[in-house]
Parts: sequence; C-alpha cells; structure tokens
Amino acid sequence: MHSCIKNISIKGLSVCVPKQIEKTDLYTWITEDERKSFAKNTGIEERRVAGATVATSDMCEKSTRSLLEKLHWEKESIDVLVFVSQSPDYFLPSTSAILQHKLGLRKDIIAFDINLGCSGYVYGLYVLSNLLTSGNLKRGLLLAGDKSTLSTNFKDKSTYPLFGDAGSATAVEFDENAAPMYFNLFTDGSGYQSIIIEDGGARNHISHSSFIEHKIDEGIERAPKHLALDGIEIFNFALKEVGPSIKELMENSGVAHQQIDYYVFHQANKLINESVRKKCRIEPEKVPYSIQKFGNTSSASIPLTMLYQLKNALEYRDLTLLLSGFGVGYSWGNCLLQTKGVICTDILEIE
Amino acid sequence: MSLEEFTKNLEQELEEIEPGTLTPETNYRDLKSWSSMYALIIIAFVDYHFNIQLNGNELKSTETVKDLYELVKQKGA
Repeated sequence: MHSCIKNISIKGLSVCVPKQIEKTDLYTWITEDERKSFAKNTGIEERRVAGATVATSDMCEKSTRSLLEKLHWEKESIDVLVFVSQSPDYFLPSTSAILQHKLGLRKDIIAFDINLGCSGYVYGLYVLSNLLTSGNLKRGLLLAGDKSTLSTNFKDKSTYPLFGDAGSATAVEFDENAAPMYFNLFTDGSGYQSIIIEDGGARNHISHSSFIEHKIDEGIERAPKHLALDGIEIFNFALKEVGPSIKELMENSGVAHQQIDYYVFHQANKLINESVRKKCRIEPEKVPYSIQKFGNTSSASIPLTMLYQLKNALEYRDLTLLLSGFGVGYSWGNCLLQTKGVICTDILEIE
Repeated sequence: MSLEEFTKNLEQELEEIEPGTLTPETNYRDLKSWSSMYALIIIAFVDYHFNIQLNGNELKSTETVKDLYELVKQKGA
C-alpha cells in the first residue's frame, strides 16, 4: 500500500518513561561475557522499567498533559484520539475511552485503540492523518507506547534485557500549508508466531499451565503467558523486507536520499538496525538511536528517538524525515514527512 | 569471495576473538566467546556480503566456517 496524505502537520511531541533504570551490566541471569556481548550487539546499556502501578496509559497521559500545555491547545479542541498499544489497561473497554475521560476531552470525540507494536507509530500516524486530511476534523492526538516489561520473564535472555517501557504523545493538526506525507504499509501474518504471547487471549485461554515455566533453550525459560521472541526469524524478516520497503517509498514519492535529514528507525536492536542502515547505504550520522538508554520501546521508539536525539533540530529547523516501524505481526511501514517548528517537551519521567 | 577471504572477513565481524583464531575448519560454536548473538552476526554478515538470508535451520545444519561458506555458495552466491 502506497499513499500520499496532504494537509497534515505534526505540531508537537512528548514522551514519558519510568524513572527506574535497569542496567544490562546488572542482568545476573547471564554471564558477564554474555552481558558484554549483548550490550555491544544490541546496543542496549540500560532501559526504563515501569513499577507495578504504572500502565502504558499513565505514561501517555502524562505526555499528553505536558504537551497540550506547551502547545497552548485547549483540551476541548481535540477531535480525535488514537491509542496505539499492545499493553492496554484492560481487555475491554478500550484504553482510549479511559484516556478521553482522564484527560477531560470532549464527548463528541473519535477515540479508539490500535493493537500494534513496533510498526504502530507509523500505522497510527497514517490512520490519524487520514481522519484529519479532509479538514472536517482539525486536531488529533496519537498516543503510542507499551509496558513491554509486563510480559517479559527475567529468566528469558532473549526478551528480558531487550525491552523498555515508554509512552508518547504526538499532536497532529490539519494544516493547508503542510507538505504532503508519503506512506507505505505492509502486513505478513505468516510470521505471527515470531513474536507472540501465546496464552491469555481467546485462542488459548488463561489457565494454570499458562504460568508454568519451561526451558526452551540455554538461558531461555518462560511460561506461555510470557512474551516469546524468535530472534533469527525476526532478523531475517527485517533484512528481507525493511530495506526494500524504504527504497520503494523513496522511489514512489520522488524524494532522494540527499533530501532526507534523518532516518528514524524503530529501535529493534542495533545489529538489526545497522544491517538495515548499511543495506540502504545510509550514513551513520543520519540514523539516530535511543536504544542505548531506553532499549526497545515498541511503538514509542520512533517518537522517543526523535525527542532524545533530534529535539533541537525538530524545534528550530525544517526537517525531512523518514520514519520506519517494523516487527510483531509481521507488520511494517514507512512514512516520509517534513516537519517545521515542532513543539517538544523534555523526556518526562514517571515514578 | 574465496574461502580464505570469507574466513578472514567473518573473523573481523566476530570482534571478541583473537586474530588468526578462525580457520575454515573451526567449529564456530566451539569458540570460547560463542553466544547466541553470533548467530545474528553471521546472518548479518552473509546478508551484507551476499544478499542471502540464512534461516535458523540452515544455520543449524552447519558446524564449521567451511560448511557456512559452502551453504552460502549453494544458495547462489
């Protein structure tokens, strides 16, 4: 799917992370040599972990409050709220409804959840931008993030030290002066088992056995209610699909590599991202990272990387960015867009 | 790329090992510094140089650097 959307501008950006830091150095389930190899190859030195009482929506709520204040946007002016997450408050109702209420937004608002992970920011931006492009609705909030650490098991070296928690808020507005945005989005469900939580949904009901841990491999022990991740399969998916999809978007939109200031990738791990970068022949200075300090933060990774590495540029320069999200599903997508004077908060923290 | 170059280039990717350690006959899983991360490094290496993806089962079927080289050749490099 390739699409051009007009009249849409990103006006503001905010991200909130938990205050608590977990360092790769202190992950005692694996040996010191393994920790060093892990940190070097994934790029992850530390990540943020939410406490028991903090949900994804709390991080998104804090981001939103701070962003609306900085933008001087009245809460009554919001027409659409899209919440992208795979760690909702409840099975039902949708978390977007809870956020509408907590934030005191209007009742005649379109609010719904999108259940996507690593690709979720790009997908969410596409859906929200489409709702706003006609001009009938003017202002939207894209709230994206995950508390991935909820589902990872300490005794699983393939997931536990990889994921960090974060929640983001992006303010999007109808703007007739905005440059067109280009998207391409993809899905291949044949890889659905590569990143999965097997038990707890309608397919495999939660039961006593959902909590019994099994040894899968050396250093990998988990129960069916935990997040499972097949590193090799995901790596191959990313190598095969992401690079070509980026090139395709650039060709179809007529935007050359020289025109793009930064490529903001989902922060999967450094080995994957660097392989994609090299495959696309992109210079290292055009590919910012946040993974070293925050780990893989699912659908919040793109806005977090923007805020962590590009805040000043977003605020004071006109930028052409290529955003790329890819992973669980498999689901992936890219967006080419221009920004101008984006209002940014600092990276906020929550106890 | 010859087997010798393949071995030398792969050794450079596996940064933790001493230069000269890796030979075509080396069983790469026996390396002292072997970790599951090496599988990903090997996949990235083969993809970058040959534009070929190795899946988990293909990788499991190899033991030595030479096996790996032959697999890559067999897959069309």
